[in-house]
Amino acid sequence: MKKLINSPETFVKESMEGMVLAHPDLLKAHYDPNFLYRADAPVAGKVAVISGGGSGHEPLHGGFVGKGMLDAACPGEVFTSPTPDQMLEAARTVNSGAGVLFLVKNYSGDVMNFEMAADLARSEGIRVLNILIDDDVAVKDSLYTQGRRGTGTTVLAEKIVGAAAERGYDLKRLADLARRVNINGRSMGMALTSCTVPAKGTPTFDLGESEIEIGIGIHGEPGRERIPWKPADEITEMLALSIIEDPAYTRTVREFDEAKGEWVDVELTDPPFQPGDRVIAMVNGMGGTPIAELYVVYRKLHYIAEAKGLKIVRNLVGNYITSLEMQGVMITLLRVDDEMVELWDDPVHTPGLRWGM
Amino acid sequence: MQTLTRDHIVQWLKHLAATLEANKDYLTQLDAAIGDADHGINMDRGFKKVLSQLPTVQDKDIGTILKTVGMALISSVGGAGGPLYGTLFMRAGMAVGSKYELTPEDLVAMWRAAVDGVIQRGRAQLGDKTMVDALLPAVEAMQQALEQGGDIIAVLQAGVAAAEKGRDATIPLVARKGRASYLGERSAGHLDPGATSSHLVLKTLLETVTGES
Repeated sequence: MKKLINSPETFVKESMEGMVLAHPDLLKAHYDPNFLYRADAPVAGKVAVISGGGSGHEPLHGGFVGKGMLDAACPGEVFTSPTPDQMLEAARTVNSGAGVLFLVKNYSGDVMNFEMAADLARSEGIRVLNILIDDDVAVKDSLYTQGRRGTGTTVLAEKIVGAAAERGYDLKRLADLARRVNINGRSMGMALTSCTVPAKGTPTFDLGESEIEIGIGIHGEPGRERIPWKPADEITEMLALSIIEDPAYTRTVREFDEAKGEWVDVELTDPPFQPGDRVIAMVNGMGGTPIAELYVVYRKLHYIAEAKGLKIVRNLVGNYITSLEMQGVMITLLRVDDEMVELWDDPVHTPGLRWGM
Repeated sequence: MQTLTRDHIVQWLKHLAATLEANKDYLTQLDAAIGDADHGINMDRGFKKVLSQLPTVQDKDIGTILKTVGMALISSVGGAGGPLYGTLFMRAGMAVGSKYELTPEDLVAMWRAAVDGVIQRGRAQLGDKTMVDALLPAVEAMQQALEQGGDIIAVLQAGVAAAEKGRDATIPLVARKGRASYLGERSAGHLDPGATSSHLVLKTLLETVTGES
């Protein structure tokens, strides 16, 4: 398949180089190990917020490095977790002494690599806490200890938590906020097409001409259900109702307990949405879908939310967490309180998101 | 054969790297069916890094060599394979220490430590449809062969046979960990890529000592 790359081997690095050349006021890059970091890091007195994951989801995460969002982003190979040496070097670079918060999407590779990195950073005297994002409701069976994937809520968490860090929240308060954002956010996506990882050269799954995949993830992994094409309104209804009607979700995640000096299991519960809730709504393109189509989805989402008694107070419509050139959409709803709305409105200046400055 | 030497280990790592390269597309295909289609690519990349570092340690003791392999994998494979295979080799290296030769007892102790490390890191259990489904039965079989007085070859033969069975046993399983678990029922009917590559890890070691590369 045709791609706008020079070679699979140079893709990630050349993309990073391009981002730095396009945004020299915002970004710097470190290579081998690879990461992007904010040009004015370390920022004195501020907790550094670091995330990362496989490449191929841009603007997530590198496009969200700058002021008011991420201090550093560690890109792995396409759709592959970054390695601990990347996060360790990033932590050393952007830590101002106030500690580091790792925002980690829930995939087994990401979780393990970020845990190993946290242990390494801690052994050098850098305080690190890891908070998981696991918001994708597509995986229905809560018996699977692996749990839910980390998807759209990651974008919203990076903005809200980034703003809080800018305001001077300390590490513990920031971790608590991140955890609260995670348990209040839910997402679900679908795809009209697969996508092609450059190194592989062929689509990651086969979708027939008139088939769609419901419940896709962000790495080209097939979803939970394959069905014939439906009009956008019906698709939007499937995704939105799955999110809005999702019951309370309980699971355990692993976090580091600084007092005990070890990793412990923490039980989390996502309360279901209720009429009267205020939400931030994101209609996110998977990379290959026309913006006009995303607005068709948003239109229906608006009416569904209204019918369900949810008030959309802010929204994002566009490509924020993508899956290379996949055609599809992911909907995220985040229940918000006054604090979260204020933090959402705080100024941000990154390649992928900018307002207020 | 009563001892596995340092040179066997070095030969094995080269043979394993070549085997993973040859099986890159196959492993990736398996991973596309139930994962994110990168296992073969990742393992090939990781072991190319291992090959590039081997010249600097191939005259050292087995523990140093295996720990170097572990660190190379951790920093280059990424995904879940990196931490898991990295931990496997790191723990193996730590168990072996500064030896230049392994007795059958040493060999089994090494694999036991390696597999315990993988289980601790990934928190997978038998039946979750992961590499543990090949590795745990392999270690048990190696232990049994040892207790029955087996030499290096007998121990490895038992391990490889059990790993192959364990790998094939993943076909009907519904994944409960890793990216395959997101597929639910649709993950049944496919070999697990991690169990498949784990079998290759053991098979190449056996082939190295029997000269069947």
